[in-house]
Amino acid sequence: MVATEETFYSVIRRQGITRRSFHKFCSLTAASLGLSPLAASRIANALETKPRVPVIWLHGLECTCCSESFIRSAHPLMKDVVLSMISLDYDDTIMAAAGRQAEAILEEIRTNYKGEYVLAVEGNPPLNESGMFCMQDGKPFVEKLKLMAEDAKAIIAWGTCASWGCVQAAKPNPTQATPIDKVITNKPIIKVPGCPPIAEVMTAVVTFITTFGKLPELDRLGRPKMFYSQRIHDKCYRRSHFDAGQFVEDWDDDSARKGYCLYKMGCKGPTTYNACSTVRWNEGVSFPIQSGHGCLGCSEDGFWDEGSFYDRLTTIKELGIEMNADQIGMAAAEVVGATVAAHAAVTAVKRFMGKRTGVAQDN
Amino acid sequence: MRVQTPNGFNLDNSGKRIVVDPLTRIEGHLRVEVNVDSNNVIRNAVSTGTMWRGIETILKGRDPRDAWAFTERICGVCTGTHALTSVRAVEHALGITIPENANSIRNIMQLCLYVHDHLVHFYHLHALDWVDVMSALKADAKATSQLAQSVSPWPLSSPSYFKQLQMRLIKFVESGQLGPFKNGYWGHPAYKLPPEANLIAVAHYLEALDFQKEIAKIQAVYGGKNPHPNWLVGGVPCPINVDGTGAVGAINMERLNLVSSIIDRSIEFVEQVYLPDLVMIASFYKDWLYGGGLSGKSVMSYGDIPEHANDYSEKSLMLPRGVILNGNLNDVLPIDHGDPEQIQEFVVHSWYKYPDETRGLHPWQGITEPNFQLGADTKGTKTDIKELDEGAKYSWIKAPRWRGHAVEVGPLARYVMGYAQGRAEFKEPIDKFLKPLHLPFTALFSALGRTAARALECQWAAHQMSYFQDKLVAHIKAGGTSTANIEKWSRESWPRKAKGYGFTEAPRGALGHWIKIKDCKIDNYQCVVPTTWNGWPRDLKGNIGAFEASLIDTPMADPEKPLEILRTIHSFDPCLACSTHVMSPDGQELVTVKVR
Repeated sequence: MVATEETFYSVIRRQGITRRSFHKFCSLTAASLGLSPLAASRIANALETKPRVPVIWLHGLECTCCSESFIRSAHPLMKDVVLSMISLDYDDTIMAAAGRQAEAILEEIRTNYKGEYVLAVEGNPPLNESGMFCMQDGKPFVEKLKLMAEDAKAIIAWGTCASWGCVQAAKPNPTQATPIDKVITNKPIIKVPGCPPIAEVMTAVVTFITTFGKLPELDRLGRPKMFYSQRIHDKCYRRSHFDAGQFVEDWDDDSARKGYCLYKMGCKGPTTYNACSTVRWNEGVSFPIQSGHGCLGCSEDGFWDEGSFYDRLTTIKELGIEMNADQIGMAAAEVVGATVAAHAAVTAVKRFMGKRTGVAQDN
Repeated sequence: MRVQTPNGFNLDNSGKRIVVDPLTRIEGHLRVEVNVDSNNVIRNAVSTGTMWRGIETILKGRDPRDAWAFTERICGVCTGTHALTSVRAVEHALGITIPENANSIRNIMQLCLYVHDHLVHFYHLHALDWVDVMSALKADAKATSQLAQSVSPWPLSSPSYFKQLQMRLIKFVESGQLGPFKNGYWGHPAYKLPPEANLIAVAHYLEALDFQKEIAKIQAVYGGKNPHPNWLVGGVPCPINVDGTGAVGAINMERLNLVSSIIDRSIEFVEQVYLPDLVMIASFYKDWLYGGGLSGKSVMSYGDIPEHANDYSEKSLMLPRGVILNGNLNDVLPIDHGDPEQIQEFVVHSWYKYPDETRGLHPWQGITEPNFQLGADTKGTKTDIKELDEGAKYSWIKAPRWRGHAVEVGPLARYVMGYAQGRAEFKEPIDKFLKPLHLPFTALFSALGRTAARALECQWAAHQMSYFQDKLVAHIKAGGTSTANIEKWSRESWPRKAKGYGFTEAPRGALGHWIKIKDCKIDNYQCVVPTTWNGWPRDLKGNIGAFEASLIDTPMADPEKPLEILRTIHSFDPCLACSTHVMSPDGQELVTVKVR
């Protein structure tokens, strides 16, 4: 089997890419992932020798927004992901086969690639009504999920459905829609939350696994640190307006047209861990705040049940200190009223503290 | 048993039963069962929605201004269309008007969805029903190039382009790892294209995969991201600032240019790739005119894309509105979403419970209590179903009716409606498509016709995007920069009780949301969606649904390889996550929790 399989390297060499540009590609990939030059050579080595990793992509209760996001990936392009990087052997949304011919693939991969395939899960299983609120091939989806999890090398929970439950699990969760880590308890699960997650974050997580042959480093909630360790607010380009106390007060007001901070319009950026303000969306075209709407907090657990999206946050963790809305208002007023020199001093102190925080995190 | 349905189809479930589950390349989860006779012709069909999420149940008690975000998550494929329907429903209930620019931007976002969704449907969900990928390996690159250049000026058409692509495909196939093409129906006798046409289609499958991500950027500009852009009750969230301080944080010249450039490229791609491919495929499949189902009898379209802000009358809507019954194209009937006698849902064969299942309920009165039970003739068990009993309840989809009539919705319904109304923008493209194929108008009532209407509509939508982008720019030039009306944003300005509805034409067909608001909270929310109209199970009188009707009398080359079933069902572009969620108005606990 392995003898006939083409490696990623031979695929892109065949496409007329020179060895030199291949190594350049690896360096760029490493750089974009924030890795060292040494890592670049490891990527090159990994891609030259490995056959494509089989990926089984299951769909439970969901809306297919994760699949739609995945195919928006600009780097790598989806056609290269499918033809050259992974072997997407099962995905109900795009696979040619249906019915019996489709289901036969699951058994084949489970047998022939035991412990070698990646299980990617979009959506989640409902547990009420014996699981029959989502049935496939006449059986509860949860059975298929558990079966395919048994022999997987790695499991990815795509989006907020698989990670936390998302909209169908919002109160009162009539189907008892359940995040996958509650039914697969004996394996590590990489959670890639977001409704949906950012396309290039999704493809980066997959290619990280196939490239390095290991799981990305996860935080205590199971999310890849490389994309989910900082809040939208930490890297938001409107952050300086927050610090300066310049807020949008009404939709389409003068402040909105100037691109001021959307905190008072309900923005959940200060409590949301995601890469929207850095990687941004649709090949960097925009992200919600840039287009004038506050962050909904869609990558956070239970974000549907935190009150209206337009109610402002009442608790924000600021440099490790708990602050409520009134305190933020006061701090903002101080900044606005301060002299230029005082403002500069505040900024300098913040920068220093930011640096120290950064060092601490690296350690 | 042989029966004739009231809507005119002869059924016979005595032959061999074939089950297709999962029916792949759709949104959500769908099962189809058919009976074939001794000549392998389909004589009975049963379609089953196999998921339920209960999103409207979840909406009860929420802030109506948040409803767009919840309902948007009904579907990530037709992303945004539920959100648009929702903000319209809330605005209707509360009497909120939107600025002209907001109307233009909403139309551009909705039309962007049309262009994106139709293109992705054709190439990535539907093409493999017509295109044999493995046959493309045998194509002659030079002949492929000649064929491509004879149908389109698209520049990626040289012999070396096709040769390189073919080499990549050959290596891919030789690797033994076929990915999404694994276990496909390659070599099936129902495939009709020559190798060269197959190679062109495969090339465009990959090019369309690259290009679709560009189209989606339009929604990202105005809505911040795609899938699932942001919307706003009272307008749109993106402000306009083309010439002032801080314009970089708003819709400015650079943003407008970006959208315009994508619109231009979209028109080019649709006209030079998608439409020529449709014509090429149709020319080889013009004898395969199965799959018409209800389309030649009864169709419905709500209409959409208002020319003028806040005017949802037939005159203002650029997509046609009305109902045609029993094939009478001379009589287009008017629709009233608020009339309790017109749109109703029935559950006699659906896994829900009504106090009186002989009656239908208008969405404002709609109730839903899940009631999962199987008929006596079911084969298998309750958690391992081998064959369903269509004489009992058998689907998570309800059965909606217009004045008691079953109708088909979607691009074909819209084009038939536009044709019947004599509107040139719909009639002329149809005639232009049919004439060189020497096909009569009635040939449209087929899977191929549905697929053709979708492609023609994609072109129409791409040009309308351009129209509304120009209109937006002209309005800004004339000094109009408003994008949101905040007069009734605060809850204090709302009446104690209100009800309303909103409608759109989703890419898949007529979509309506009905809302009741009480004390500033959602008291009842109901969605009646396109795939419910098309995918519904039988009703009390024994009428069969549009999916089911479309399969009847179709011959299968090999019942074990259900390519013909996939082709016809895919022509509807089913969206099952959309079709299968409804609400219980009292919000009680719906079912017993069983912890596994």
